[in-house]
This record gives sequence, structure tokens and C-alpha cells, in this order.
Amino acid sequence: MMLPLLIVWLMAGGIIAWLIEKVNASLSKWIAFLALAAAFGMTLAWWMQMNTSGGLNVWLMQYDIPWIPDFGIHFHLALDGLSLLMLTLTMFLGLAAVLTSWHEIQYRVGFFYFNILWVLAGITGVFLTMDLFLFYFFWEVMLIPMFFLIIIWGHENRRYAAYKFFIFTQASGLLMLLAIVGLYFVHGIASGTYTFDYFQLLNTHFSPQTGRLLMLGFLAAFIVKLPVVPFHSWLPDAHSEAPTAGSVILAGLLLKTGAYGLIRFVIPLFPAAAAEFAPWGMALGVLGILYGAVLAFAQTDLKRLVAYTSVSHMGFVMLGVFAFNALALQGVVMQMITHGISTGALFILAGSLYERIHTRDINRMGGFWTQVPFMGTIGMVFAMASLGLPGLGNFVAEFLTLLGAWKATHILTILATIGLVAATAYSLRIVQKVFLGRSEQKFTLPDLSFREKMILVPLVVVIVWLGVYPQPVMNTVKEVITLTLNPTDIKPTTPQISDKDIQKGGTHDRK
Amino acid sequence: MTANDFLSIVPLFILTSTAILIMFSISVKRNHKVIYAITLASLLADFVYLMVYMRGTSHSIEPLFIIDGLGVFYIGLILITSLIVAMMSYAYFEQREERKEEYYILLILGTLGASTLVISKHFVSLFLGLEILSVALYSMIAYQRKRERSDEAGIKYLILAAFSSAFLLFGMALVYLVTGTMAFEGIARHLTANDGLSFMLFAGLGLMIVGVGFKLSLVPFHMWAADVYEGAPVPVTAFIATVSKGGVVGLLIRFFVTLNGHQYPTLVLIFTVIAITSMFTGNILALRQNNVKRLLAYSSIAHMGYLLVAFIAGNALGTEAVTFYLVSYFITTLGAFGILAMLSDTEHDAEATEDYRGLFWRRPWAAATFTAMLLSLAGIPLTAGFVGKFYVIAAGVNMQEWLLVVMLAVNSVIGLYYYIRIIAIMFEQQTKAETSNTRLNPAIYIVSSVTLAILTVSLIWLGVFPSGLMGIIKSLL
Repeated sequence: MMLPLLIVWLMAGGIIAWLIEKVNASLSKWIAFLALAAAFGMTLAWWMQMNTSGGLNVWLMQYDIPWIPDFGIHFHLALDGLSLLMLTLTMFLGLAAVLTSWHEIQYRVGFFYFNILWVLAGITGVFLTMDLFLFYFFWEVMLIPMFFLIIIWGHENRRYAAYKFFIFTQASGLLMLLAIVGLYFVHGIASGTYTFDYFQLLNTHFSPQTGRLLMLGFLAAFIVKLPVVPFHSWLPDAHSEAPTAGSVILAGLLLKTGAYGLIRFVIPLFPAAAAEFAPWGMALGVLGILYGAVLAFAQTDLKRLVAYTSVSHMGFVMLGVFAFNALALQGVVMQMITHGISTGALFILAGSLYERIHTRDINRMGGFWTQVPFMGTIGMVFAMASLGLPGLGNFVAEFLTLLGAWKATHILTILATIGLVAATAYSLRIVQKVFLGRSEQKFTLPDLSFREKMILVPLVVVIVWLGVYPQPVMNTVKEVITLTLNPTDIKPTTPQISDKDIQKGGTHDRK
Repeated sequence: MTANDFLSIVPLFILTSTAILIMFSISVKRNHKVIYAITLASLLADFVYLMVYMRGTSHSIEPLFIIDGLGVFYIGLILITSLIVAMMSYAYFEQREERKEEYYILLILGTLGASTLVISKHFVSLFLGLEILSVALYSMIAYQRKRERSDEAGIKYLILAAFSSAFLLFGMALVYLVTGTMAFEGIARHLTANDGLSFMLFAGLGLMIVGVGFKLSLVPFHMWAADVYEGAPVPVTAFIATVSKGGVVGLLIRFFVTLNGHQYPTLVLIFTVIAITSMFTGNILALRQNNVKRLLAYSSIAHMGYLLVAFIAGNALGTEAVTFYLVSYFITTLGAFGILAMLSDTEHDAEATEDYRGLFWRRPWAAATFTAMLLSLAGIPLTAGFVGKFYVIAAGVNMQEWLLVVMLAVNSVIGLYYYIRIIAIMFEQQTKAETSNTRLNPAIYIVSSVTLAILTVSLIWLGVFPSGLMGIIKSLL
């Protein structure tokens, strides 16, 4: 019962934030903040509960009621370690996104926070759902608020960016829908039970050819979202044109839904086809790492630069997922979290700089350290995180991924490691161009305000914590990763926290 | 005619007598309000009668009509749609100087024609229904005859519709020549007895497809759509887009299912080609449109193409999908044109995209409704359009029509561009100062708003809880 409540809570928060604007515009942001703080507290509490009760069961909670029985569609949510981590990240970055917009958004404030909360609700749904129809439903629901965020509050070229974002994701999503429906009928014809339920669809038997085609449908949606070169071209536009909060959510969370989809759906549903695709997947990943890094180095627009670093970092996800071993998958999960935090922080920094000097062009920046030492330090930390300095979370993630990938392929791993060198180049360039060097123009900029420190300091703390003591995260997902690699063992076992919420499903039969 | 026969076509009688009643009422005194009330009351009464007394009716009046679940459902759909069109008509016509009362007679007659179509099982009743519908439409389209484009649209529709009727008649004649019967069942019997289509019969059916394709504005018979949509008064456009097409779809399903047309690859191939070209032509022509009415016209061509995907699938799932899709399409189209009608002033219809710039900040509710309708047309979740599209895709995938289904997906993406373009325009910051348009009598305004609110709520309701309607459709078909 708590799981649907979480989604409803965010949606209701959004509606209230919108309506309350009529009374007082600044109440909207407080409503959004409080709604997210409560949700964050909730996910943290679940995590505590999970750690104390030990890994007795993979599924912490489930909620299952029939939704459209004619098609065997259920409103089925379930929480496991991976979902829990992703949810925690969602709420954490959601809070950061709300706080960073505190003064940036002065226009149609209520509607802005409505969209923020609804996009987060959609993402929450994506991370929780265990019904493929419902998954597609949430997958699309999270697009529209994001589209509005870009097109209403974005920068100059926002229209182009918003269209491109929407059309890319929608097109690839439709291919996934076709694959989902295809899987539904293949499973239905083979077993006589027509259902969209994840657990039942897991052990569908199909010919290799069918498996390949269906997997490509799913893959299309996820690699566009991730994004994998050559399907990445929406990303730099969307990231650089979106308002800061939009960039944070895009980079920190929306990209992770792609990675999540690969781990949750592509590999367990189509193990054979995915294994066949693995060399190509890893090659695409390495291509992304190198290409993203080179392009990042060439950018002059700060947000665009950070966007290309995302392309590069997401290459590691692709590499790790298709390396097919536990070590690499651990790395991927770590990468999802640490990249969310470090890139989110870099976008927030870019946003605060933009608020102060109204440009994103790094050629016009320089020598800011003397004026804003605090901001410079934090910028330095996250640039170091981005290049993979030991002691910060990203290092753990990338190291594990490379270690795992080495077992699968040597050449590609070596190439991927070169990407780390390139990462050093572009990360240091950020620090050099923005904070060090000589200032070309005279800007007077105040250092970080209390509010901005409140956003960035926790992010620093978390990234350091993940760098020195990542064990809790790994424990949380260990079980899930083992199961992902042996999908026949995935079962909707009885939940651990409360079993009252499980209700028997409706009729699956469809004559 | 037995009492049972009579009872089963009471809905048609109600419509006929309403038309006569309005005519008399006009000859006594012209009063827009009274006529409006009569129209609404009779449509509502008719619908209630249908709901209360005709559920589960299965009765045929030899040789012309068959009143079964499909027929009752489609008549109900047509009646409720006409009712909504009538509701949005008052405010629209009240602002305009022409004599408004006769419009309602035509509206009722058009409804009668469409209702006749969906229960016909014989060429005679088919043609009768189609002509009642068409003749009513000729005058409805050219109703505001003082406006230049209205005339053009009316004449265009008249000539092309007459043409297509001629094709239809010729096709029927050829079919009759071969089979010796005009009843659908008789033709079906002939087909099974002689297995396969003779050339003559094939030519006859092909000519009939021309006639039907014209009404549904399928490519290559779509040339009239944009001009007529643009020239006709907004409520009439809504009527053409919904009632007129819905009636023909109902007929097409009955005819094709009775004939078991899906077993003839040539016919299926023809429909496949028509479906694909309709989707592409409609969507591509809509891409650069700056006139919202024309844009919706092209989008309707594409949507009829989507509908055909489910129609070609053919089995029970396909018919359900067609019907569900039609319902969601009706709601969406009515909503979109309802907004158009509401935003139109006495001088011109709100049809340029410029009229919508910044609408969200001026009239948030209208813009939110229009956004919902456009998202439904684009097939985005939380709206009925999404479930409709899902249904169609499911029907297509079930019959392994991968080509059609992939084409549908590709076209959804093309279509998305022009829908979100309008949405983006509505959410843009306002540049020009707000023009205060004189508002009508608030009571009328409320009627329009309530209608739109109902449409929006049902749109979202069907998008989130579609199983109710699915159940109804399944039980009736």
C-alpha cells in the first residue's frame, strides 16, 4: 500500500503546489520541498528497515491489483534493492532540484513545481512497476512534464531541444511498446495465459529470431534514453536548454531509467538474445565513452560540456551491463548513483554560475577562484569525481565496471580505460577555464549562498561516502544482481514487510 | 409491420418526428432557444430510450435492417455525439447573423442518416442512409452562405459526394449483377457458394470502397477534407469528423464481417495500401499546417488510417479495437472542435495557430483541455487516445500484421511533431495584449464549458480506467 501511496503523494503534492500559487507563489516551493522531503525520509526508512532485517527476501514490498483485466494488465508495483536505491536517488536529487530552483524560477512558479513533482512521480513509477504495460505507461508519463519544463522555462533554443527530446524518446518508446505487445502475444500463445506481468513473462520461450527482434524493441527505448552513441544527439540539446532543475533531473534520473531498463528487463527477459548482442553492446559502450569524452573536451558551453560527459559516463553503463558478470553490474549500479550525484552537482554549479554571470560560455569565464573559493572547492571536488579520482564514488563505479569488463573482453576494456584519461582532460579543463586562469571580463560574483551550500554540501558528503565506504549500496543490490544473471530464479516471493497488500490478480484469460 | 418491428426502430422515429416538429415550430415562430431545447431534449430522450429499452435487442426487419448489439452501440454513440455537437452549436450560431433554426433540422436529419447506416443490412437501406446523411451535410457545410469559403466548401463537398455516390451505386449494381441480391447475407452466401471473387464482383466491391473511402476521407479520396473542414462552421466540421465517419465505419464493419471479407487477400491488400497511404499522407500534410482546422482535417485522415489497421485485423479483437478507438477519437475530436468553437468570435473562427499563442496563460482551462485533446490524438498515456492506440496495436500484433503496426508507430512519431507544436505555441509567453472579447450570455457559456469538462473527464477516465468501456463493447459485439 505504501508504494502506490508514494506515487500518489508526489502527484497530489504537485497539484497542491500548482493550486496554492494563487494564494502565495512561494508556498508552492515549500509544498514541493516538503512533499519530497517526506518521500525521501520514507525511502531512507525503507532502506534502514532492509538493512536491519537482512537480505531474507528480494522483494521488500509488493502491491498488486487488477487494472485492465481484459488484457491481463495489473497495477503491480514491487520494491527490491535496486528499485530502492533508485528511489532514494530520485528523492535526493528531487530535493536538490527543488532547492536549486528556489530563486531561479520566477515565472509560473506553481506550474513549475507541478511539473517537477509529476516527472518525479513518473520516474518513481518506472522504478517500481512490475507490469510491462504499466511500465510503458509511466515511461511516457514522465516525458510530458519534462517537455513542459524545457519548453516553458528553458534557455534560448528551448523549442528545438524540447521537440527533439520528446520525439526521440517517444519514437524509441513506441518500438518498445510494439515489443511489449509482441511479447504479450508470444507468451499468451505459448502458455495460454495472456498477461503483462513481469514475473510470468520472464520464462517465455521463443525462437531465437523472435527473441532478437523483441529485445531490439526494448533496447531501442533504453539506449536512446541512456543514451548510447549514435542515438545521443537529443541529449546535449535537452540538457543545455533545460532549466537547472530540468538538467539535474534529466542527467541524474531520466538517463538512469534507461540503465535500469537494461538491468531489469533486457537481460532477464531475453538472456540469450542479450548475450548474443553483448559484444556489440560493449563496443557501443566504449564508442560512447571515447566519443563523449572527445566532444566534451571540445565544448565551450558549460552545460553542453557536462552533457557530453554524461554520454561518456553512460558508456560505462553499457559496457558493464553487457559484460554479464556480477562485478561489472555492481559497477553499473554504482555508476548510476554516483553519476547522478556528480553530474547533478555539476549542473547545479553551472546553474549557479549562470544566475550570477548570465552566460554559459566558458571562454568568458576564468579566475573565479579568488572571488568564490567555496564554489571553486566544490567544483573541484565534482570535477575530480568526474575524472574518477580514488576516494570519490565514481572511481569505485568505474573501477568495478572495468574489472568486470576485463573478464569479458580485454581490448574493449583497454579502450575504455583510455576514456578515463580523456575524462581527466575534460574535467581539468572545466576547473582551469572556470575557476583558475585569468579572468577575461570583470564579473563580481558572490560566493555560494546558504541555500546553495545546503544543496551542494550533502552531495559532496554522499559522493565521498560512496567513495570510501560503498559497501551498503553493494549489499543492497547484491541479491538483485545475482538474480539478474540467473533470471530463472526471479520469483515474486512473499514480501517481507507486509503481506496484506498482495491481492490475487484478475482473470488473465482472454478468449 | 409488427409491434416488435416498430419498437426496435423507435430511435429512428424519434429523430424523424423531431425534424418535423422543428419544422412546424419554425413556421409558427422563429426562436433559437426553443428549437435548441427541442433538439437537445429529443436527442437526449432518444439516447435514454436506447439505453433503457434497447439493450440486448436483436431483431431484424426483413430485408432492410438488423438491430443488434453493434447497431445499438453505434446508434447510441451517434446520438450522444450529435447531442454534444448540438450543445456546442448554440453559442456558435447565436453569435452569427444568419437564420439559425433550420440548422437543427439538418443536424437531426444527418443523425438519422448515420443511424440508418449502422443498422442496414441491405444496399437499399445503406444508400438511403448515406444519402440522407449526405444531403443534410451539403446544406450544413454551406450554411453560412454569406461567407466565401463556406460556399466553396459546400460545392466541393456536393460535387465530390455526388461523384462518390455514383461510384457506390455503380459498384452495388455490379455486385447485384453477379449475385442477384442486394442483401449482405445473400451476397455472403453467393461468395461461399462460388468460392472466390469473380472479376465483376471484385470490380463492384472496389467501386464501393471508393464510395466508402470518400466518406471516411481515406487517401486517395481525401481531397475534400481540408477545404471542407476549413470552410464549414466549426460544429458542422465536428459533425463531419465524428457522426458521418462513425456511421460509415459501423456500416463497413457490418458489411465486411458479413461477407467475411478478410479471407480475400486482394481486398485486404487494398485496405492495407489505403491504410498506409492514409497514415503517411495525413501526417505529412499536417506537418507544416498553420491552420488548426486544416491540421485537424489531415490528422483525421491519418487517424482513419490507424483505425483501418485494427479493421484489417478483422477478428473480434479487431472489431473491439475499432469501436474503442472510434469512441476515443470521437471524444477527442469533439473536445478539440469544442475548444475551437468556444474561442471563435463573430468575425472569424479561431483557426490560425497565432490565435493560440500564449493561450495557456490567458485561458488556462481552455488551453489545458485542448492540450489534453491533442495529447490524446498523439496517443500519450493518461488519455483515451493512448488506450485506443494500444488496442489497435494489440489487434494488429495479434494478427501478425507487422508492416502495418510498424507503419503506425512511425506515423505516431511524425504526428507527434505537429501536435506538440500546437501545445508549445499555447504555452509560449504572450506577446500581444489581451483582447477582451464580448462574452455571451453566461448561461450559454456554462453549457459549452460543462460540455468540454465532461469530454475532458471522460477522456482521462477512459485513459485510466478503460475496462468499463471495454466490457460494454465486448458484451455488445
